[in-house]
Amino acid sequence: MKKTYKIEVDCANCANKMEDAAKKTSGVKDAVVNFMTLKMSVEFEDGANPKAVMQDVLANCKKVEDDCEIYL
Amino acid sequence: MNKKQKKVLVRIIAAAVCILVLTLLPVEGALKFVLYMIPYLIIGYDILIKAGKGILNRQVFDENFLMAVATVGAILLGDYTEGTAVMLFYQIGELFQSYAVGRSRRNISELMDIRPDYANIEGEKGQLEQVDPDEVAIGSIIVVQPGEKIPIDGVIIEGKTSLNTSALTGESVPSDVETGSEVISGCINMTGVLKIRTTKEFGESTASKILDLVENASSKKSRSENFISKFAKYYTPAVCYGAVALAVLPPLCRMLFMRLAPEWGDWIFRALTFLVISCPCALVISIPLSFFAGIGGASNAGVLVKGSNYLETLAQTKYVVFDKTGTMTEGVFEVNGVHHAQIDEEKLLEYAALAECRSSHPISKSLQRACGKPLDAARVTDVEEISGNGVIAKVDGVPVAAGNRKLMERIGVGCRDCHSVGTVVHIAVNGVYAGHILISDRIKPHAKEAIAALKSAGVKRTVMLTGDTQQVAGRVAAELGIDEVHSELLPAGKVAQVEMLLGKKTEQEKLAFVGDGINDAPVLSRADIGIAMGAMGSDAAIEAADIVLMDDDPLKIAKAIKISKKCIRIVYENIWFAIGIKVICLVLGAAGIANMWVAIFADVGVMVIAVLNAIRALNVKKL
Repeated sequence: MKKTYKIEVDCANCANKMEDAAKKTSGVKDAVVNFMTLKMSVEFEDGANPKAVMQDVLANCKKVEDDCEIYL
Repeated sequence: MNKKQKKVLVRIIAAAVCILVLTLLPVEGALKFVLYMIPYLIIGYDILIKAGKGILNRQVFDENFLMAVATVGAILLGDYTEGTAVMLFYQIGELFQSYAVGRSRRNISELMDIRPDYANIEGEKGQLEQVDPDEVAIGSIIVVQPGEKIPIDGVIIEGKTSLNTSALTGESVPSDVETGSEVISGCINMTGVLKIRTTKEFGESTASKILDLVENASSKKSRSENFISKFAKYYTPAVCYGAVALAVLPPLCRMLFMRLAPEWGDWIFRALTFLVISCPCALVISIPLSFFAGIGGASNAGVLVKGSNYLETLAQTKYVVFDKTGTMTEGVFEVNGVHHAQIDEEKLLEYAALAECRSSHPISKSLQRACGKPLDAARVTDVEEISGNGVIAKVDGVPVAAGNRKLMERIGVGCRDCHSVGTVVHIAVNGVYAGHILISDRIKPHAKEAIAALKSAGVKRTVMLTGDTQQVAGRVAAELGIDEVHSELLPAGKVAQVEMLLGKKTEQEKLAFVGDGINDAPVLSRADIGIAMGAMGSDAAIEAADIVLMDDDPLKIAKAIKISKKCIRIVYENIWFAIGIKVICLVLGAAGIANMWVAIFADVGVMVIAVLNAIRALNVKKL
């Protein structure tokens, strides 16, 4: 399953870091952050609960870039 | 500017004024330190907080950390002005970057301003109601007034008008439509009121699909982008360790081996300069920005690119393979000549057109078009259609037979063969051979220029594949200047030909296949890059291809290649320029030649220049 979320982040490198952090979250198969359109598309692993996984993704992203937001 | 940016701007101005005043004040010692803390904290408090949080989250090597260490270090060494100024310029750079990125985001979305905000539905008393286009069901009647965008794909049931399709196709000549025409969303209605019966939902309509495609395009990352994110991952820590080494090793060497004074302050200062230079912002921001601008510029020219990676591949295209019908030719038939006419040519055409006037076959249609006169069906009687042969009828009471050689043999009339290529309609009037009419597919107006333009865009070889006869294919290829032609191919044969070409070329040379997207899906996906043309309203083409040309002008193929080349050139310029300047400054900084001001240029200056350069990719008008 694939879902796209709107995000808020200031710098391109931070967007790259968010992408990395999201990819490493368990339950996430793949993630792409598009800095230019401020969107994050996340592909979930089979059987994962997107809502719960996205909470972890957000927490992990906050760790690498405090000043970011994902609109869930 | 948004609120956040305005706040930063105010802080920048306040800090700059403070610094100016302080440089003029003759203060020394502890008081100077305290006074300089005012602008430093005004401009840098958020960076310091972020750096602190970063350390707590074990994310030490980010820009905030670098800036915090460099400026705190400079201040501890007593260089108050430099320390504060570095922070000030860093913030100016960040502000500029966020402003520039915001601007180009807006610019590009304005270029692609085809999203309709509402649809008009006629209420019970005939008054118009504006509704969310998402809520309009298939088969509803919507009203589009002059100046409004068509919100949903559909068929006109009332009214006629000119449509401005430039937002979709880049084509500035308006197209005329009337009752019964199919229209697609995103076009602007220019002159008349239209009533349209919708044939799709809003989300499935052309405008929504295109927007979705363009917005998601930059998510498919190119190799350059992946290279840069990898580079940044190793580069920043490497520079940080380099800075530590620079601060510690030379003084130790001097002390232990050379028996000189260690000069700690000098070396630490050089290390701090290192840190300021090291920020990878210029690279990390300018590469995706270039691609985004390139994709935006291309879509404004009517070329939809489905990903940054395709832009990269397109720039390396050396082989272009075409389908013939619908790509290089119009796919519609046209009377090309009247030969061996025994009677007046116009009269011959009129007889043929009248005899065929009840038929809707493309050949009959082309005869009717070529005749150019209104045809009165009442003049035609006793029509007898002979399937696979042609038609026999009485026109003004005169028996006329129009059809192929078999028909002539059938009615026992000798006919003359045609030496030209195409479909031939023989005509007998009153039982006597009267001549034949040659009908053939028309080559697109820009096809020849398009091949020449491809050559000038660096394409090595052009190849045409077609299911048509060798005679027709050879003539079209010769006329257009195509290098290689393969005819009488079935769809599977086209795939085989493309695979053979793919096998012959080198890895760096890419092969593009251009088709009309209707029956080319297997070849489109097999080629390195698939280009579908004339995609207005054809979902199949948008799905199968990597690049979609909105109108069916073959000149756009060369334009797309040129756009991609410009974009990639800018990307490489930025990579070399940014890395080059940084490396030079790092060397100069290590040697003690570059001071803090040079370091600020290497960081902020390079970033500003790279961003401005990246935005150039948006301008594709003159290519």
